[in-house]
Amino acid sequence: MDILVCVKQVPDTAEIKIDPVTNTLIRAGVPSIVNPFDKNALEAAVQLKEAHGGSVTVISMGPDQAKAALKECLSVGADKAVLISDRLFGGSDTLATSYILATAIKKLGKFDLVLCGKQAIDGDTGQVGPEIAEHLGIAQLTFIAKIEVSGEKITVQREHDEGYEVIEAKLPVVCTVIKSINEPRYANIKSKMAANKAVIEVITAADLPEIDLTKIGLKGSPTKVKKTFTPPRKESGIRIQEGTGRESALKFIEKLVVAKLLNRGC
Amino acid sequence: MDSKDYKNVWVFIETAHGEVRNVGLELLNQGRVLADANYEKLIAIVIGKQLDAAAKTVTAYGADEVIVVEGEEYTDYNTDGYTNVMVRLVEKYKPSVILIGATNNGRDLGPRVSCRLATGLTADCTGLEINEETGDVAWTRPAFGGNLMATILCSASRPQIGTVRTGVFKKTQPDFSRTAAIIREEIRTPSEEIRTKIIGFIKAAGETAVNLEEAEIIVSGGRGLGKPENFACIKELAEVLEATVGASRAAVDAGWISPLHQVGQTGKTVGPKIYIACGISGAIQHLAGMSSSDIIVAINKDSDAPIFGVADYGIVGDLFEVVPVLIEEIRKIKAN
Repeated sequence: MDILVCVKQVPDTAEIKIDPVTNTLIRAGVPSIVNPFDKNALEAAVQLKEAHGGSVTVISMGPDQAKAALKECLSVGADKAVLISDRLFGGSDTLATSYILATAIKKLGKFDLVLCGKQAIDGDTGQVGPEIAEHLGIAQLTFIAKIEVSGEKITVQREHDEGYEVIEAKLPVVCTVIKSINEPRYANIKSKMAANKAVIEVITAADLPEIDLTKIGLKGSPTKVKKTFTPPRKESGIRIQEGTGRESALKFIEKLVVAKLLNRGC
Repeated sequence: MDSKDYKNVWVFIETAHGEVRNVGLELLNQGRVLADANYEKLIAIVIGKQLDAAAKTVTAYGADEVIVVEGEEYTDYNTDGYTNVMVRLVEKYKPSVILIGATNNGRDLGPRVSCRLATGLTADCTGLEINEETGDVAWTRPAFGGNLMATILCSASRPQIGTVRTGVFKKTQPDFSRTAAIIREEIRTPSEEIRTKIIGFIKAAGETAVNLEEAEIIVSGGRGLGKPENFACIKELAEVLEATVGASRAAVDAGWISPLHQVGQTGKTVGPKIYIACGISGAIQHLAGMSSSDIIVAINKDSDAPIFGVADYGIVGDLFEVVPVLIEEIRKIKAN
């Protein structure tokens, strides 16, 4: 089966710090990584390929430096990587981004399955996957914890409050996956060296003659960021540190009762 | 498209087994603020099967009108059926704003509907206001794992759609004497157009419902628990408080508890009245998922743990000494 995986290069949000003086994000020196949930999507794709044969193509939209993310994907099992890159694509919101990606996917060929992570850790929207499905006119399965394919049929487990819904659909579909679906593999030195030498194909706006330029970039995006700000810092709370754990616990209970947070029936 | 043709604030009401989920009721309360600011109506959209009770509930919680769409094919949430209904309703009634709870189902439905309508969608909002000059909704949401907030406008297209985080807005006191116009729309989706079929359900082993998104109190355990058996004290504290059990990524990754319990960027985003973090250091991904809780209690041995930066009550101490005393004392108070 032929599988396409969408990945995003993101800043490692765990490494982002706030400048205590200006109260703004310090972006300098923050490493770029492959969005962690997209690594799970890629691993799921590679496992399906290993079980059923076929190919895994990875695409990413972004600037030239996103090639590094694509090379990482090649080092852990992707067969082909394509960068979707053009200044005209800059400033796209999720609707415009998904339109560009879907247009590029159609150009790349027919796929049985499109896999994405459940969301990217920088924007956290989780919208691009379902929007790609809509642009491609195929079904979507979101928040997926397990995938099985048999012939043209896909069976998945979808995360739910009380467990997992078991859902069946006919291929092709778009699936977005959650972290618990698998443990992504690591590259070895040989696969890393091979990936580093790989030439990444680049698709630009000119390569997509059918694309509607009014639907891409900042101008083609219905949502606009009006302002950004760092969240107000919370005032420091009440510290409780008595001689023993028991004393601390009792003191805390006393404070809860005084604050009327704890009473009969809570 | 002329924005003036689009009026009223809609709230998509998610139901589970015919019961209205909390987030819809929370959004009715905040939707009222938006509707009043523009002198518009607040309308609840309820899709499913046998919805009379749900329609009464949303009326009591403040809806001016209720649009009800019933059908066998809507018994359980499915992307294709619900999208079809929402898009057909929007085309007929032209709402200005649609609020959807940012649950898994809401975040599945929102992008599909907004994409088909070619309009803007803002995800996982924590702030909603009306821009006084333009009457547009100013949607505020966290990004970069909660390090940055962004305010987003969707000025040139309608409807303006957003998914809104659970627990951020509070539901109002219900008034069961209220009345509202109930509009029944007949919209059917042929079964061949519903391309996904739910064929079963796997209940997580040994789990009762893990409804973190609607929990009023959550007791969470992290790496500080040291081993899986130690979750017993977290579960016991949760039991005496009638709380839901949460967990940090470290505890889930270690295999101590099912991923369904995970709070944070990788798991669920929660906003309970009280959040008690036991042995959780407070990585940014965890904070992103729980920092909108009303009251945060942290219990940790390490006085420098980042969790104390967001805690209203920070207990520096060994959780194995603190938690048993809490259980004992809360039991005593409750027994009185």
